[in-house]
Amino acid sequence: MSTTPASAGPAGESTEEKVKLDAKAQVRRVIQGDLASVRVVFGLALIWIIFQVQEPRFLSDQNLTNLMLQITAIGLISVGIVYVLLLGEIDLSVGAVSGLCAAIMVVLNTQHGWDPYLSIAAAIAAGATIGCVQGFLFSRFDVPSFVVTLAGLLAWQGALLQVLGQTGTININDPKIVGLANIFYSDTVGWIMAAVVIVGYGLVAAYGFRKRVAAGLADSNPIPVIVRFVVIAVVTIVAVYVFNGDRGVPLAVLIFVAFVTGMEYVVKRTGFGRHVFAVGGGEEAARRAGIRVNGVKIAVFTIAGSMAAVGGIMAASRLLAVNQGSGGNELLLLAIAGPVIAGTSLFGGRGSVWTALLGAMVIGSISNGMDLLSLSSAIKYMVTGGVLLLAVLVDAIAKQQRQTRGRV
Amino acid sequence: MSPETPLLQLEGISKQFGPVQALDRVDFAVGAGEVVGLVGDNGAGKSTLVKAIAGINSPDSGTIRFEGNEVSINRPQDAVALGIATVYQDLALCDNLDVVANLFLGRELGSSGVGVVSRQLDEVTMEHRTGELLSNLAVTIPSLRSEVGTLSGGQRQQVAVARSLLGEPKVVMLDEPTAALGVPQTKQVLELIRRLKDRGLGVVVISHNLADVFQVADRIFVLRLGRPSGDFRSSEVTEEHVVAAITGLGDGNNKQTGAPKEAPGEGAA
Repeated sequence: MSTTPASAGPAGESTEEKVKLDAKAQVRRVIQGDLASVRVVFGLALIWIIFQVQEPRFLSDQNLTNLMLQITAIGLISVGIVYVLLLGEIDLSVGAVSGLCAAIMVVLNTQHGWDPYLSIAAAIAAGATIGCVQGFLFSRFDVPSFVVTLAGLLAWQGALLQVLGQTGTININDPKIVGLANIFYSDTVGWIMAAVVIVGYGLVAAYGFRKRVAAGLADSNPIPVIVRFVVIAVVTIVAVYVFNGDRGVPLAVLIFVAFVTGMEYVVKRTGFGRHVFAVGGGEEAARRAGIRVNGVKIAVFTIAGSMAAVGGIMAASRLLAVNQGSGGNELLLLAIAGPVIAGTSLFGGRGSVWTALLGAMVIGSISNGMDLLSLSSAIKYMVTGGVLLLAVLVDAIAKQQRQTRGRV
Repeated sequence: MSPETPLLQLEGISKQFGPVQALDRVDFAVGAGEVVGLVGDNGAGKSTLVKAIAGINSPDSGTIRFEGNEVSINRPQDAVALGIATVYQDLALCDNLDVVANLFLGRELGSSGVGVVSRQLDEVTMEHRTGELLSNLAVTIPSLRSEVGTLSGGQRQQVAVARSLLGEPKVVMLDEPTAALGVPQTKQVLELIRRLKDRGLGVVVISHNLADVFQVADRIFVLRLGRPSGDFRSSEVTEEHVVAAITGLGDGNNKQTGAPKEAPGEGAA
């Protein structure tokens, strides 16, 4: 890839050729770009094989459905964390915020008789406000996000206890809120959804590809597009098949996947998402390009707070209660570990929202499998810690390689 | 010499930082299709002059004319609005984004949808325009979708220059465009500067490297301690004269415009 000096007469010779996309570089880009997720998918497959050999119930429809239900709350929180990581920042308050927001929802719903949807909206608004305030303090006063959100972690945990009051635990009775984690769709509805997803994705992919070819930007080789389509279709069909083998497609998983897809769209396809990447990759460059850097930061922390609330609501719905431990324990650390394990860089500017799903699956599988094998929490934590360390090392090594490879 | 009305003309520009007279009644002009090399020792006022034109530090006194009209440039946006683009030495590129994203950074094209968050980027048009622009400039990069961090120093410089051209400027100022570049990369960047000139742009090149300046510049403007100490046609002057004007040694300081008719030892370049 070293520079081609165009030695002799650079004047006339076909200028288009110089800019034309080098096929080999293109292939390399595809491989390198997807390498992180391919690596994680292999890792996940390995984990599944190991557990399946040890415990044949692991890959049963029931257990896989349970696994997906177990990871939705953490995964939803991770969706917001991905945005924060893309800035190269960290939000340590998301666990506490998720607990607090769930408590706000429950108290409004059960003790003040609010409409369930209104309670949920209020809880998410509270999460957004908390994130917005933290983002403002962090960007306006240039305090490290680590410190601002650490203060938040303590403060919001206190607020959780305050909101719960003397009872300590409040049960959820409202069928609408309980339904979030406990509604399953019938087999027929599941297959209809699968068909909609596959056809919808196919149409979007075909339209985008045709547009690029028409503009003369892509070579007319449709194979990568087709491969991606087939992978999506197969994954969708297998997932629906597995869910139908148990109780059907769960609403919670649908919500999770919808958030992942939507937030991935925002970060990859919109101007706002582009600015998030720009601020994470080169803050000064972004500022000079006229991007309102502080605005982007505040928006990102607002998203993180909102997603923490959504995750907290989902966790409460699954647990059928909110208690003093809600949003505590390892929830925060696992929500950050997930995307990092799956390839979102801690250094900012690199990653995708899909890593929230993939990372949650890796962490969830380890936890679920060890539970099935009745291993102790001690071993579970140590193994999860080892996987996280491995993932961070891979990220750091990848960064080093980029730096030696770049800037010839 | 320079065309009838210069594109950009500064008269009597002065700028003081505390007790330091950074610029002292400097007259400076760039014409369309002209490359002016701005040279001088460290602290001579080159950067201050460029920053005054770019709207970062407005001058204390003096007038700036753009296309014959008197203008005031108080903010960077004013300069950009007039059509003056500046490429700083640190380039200000985002290494983790590809060439297309960097070119359109902060002015992305959106195709459809309502609201800031849902408005989809028009990648097709952006990539198309990037391809056109780079091929017009004959810029060589492996792929429009390469991450800028993987490009060489020369390629990054070219991307930064190309980015400044998206706003269709009339004057481009380049701060040390060849610093820290290897020989072939320097050559690419100098060729790019010639193509800017061919497009009718006025180009100001700040450089420490006199050899590079002699290769591309039509005119060489020398600053010394905030005062103009030489304004030469590069074809009519030797490196020795320019160095003399930069250092203040020899007789360089009394040759304001034009060049010594009987300059000895012509031919070095």
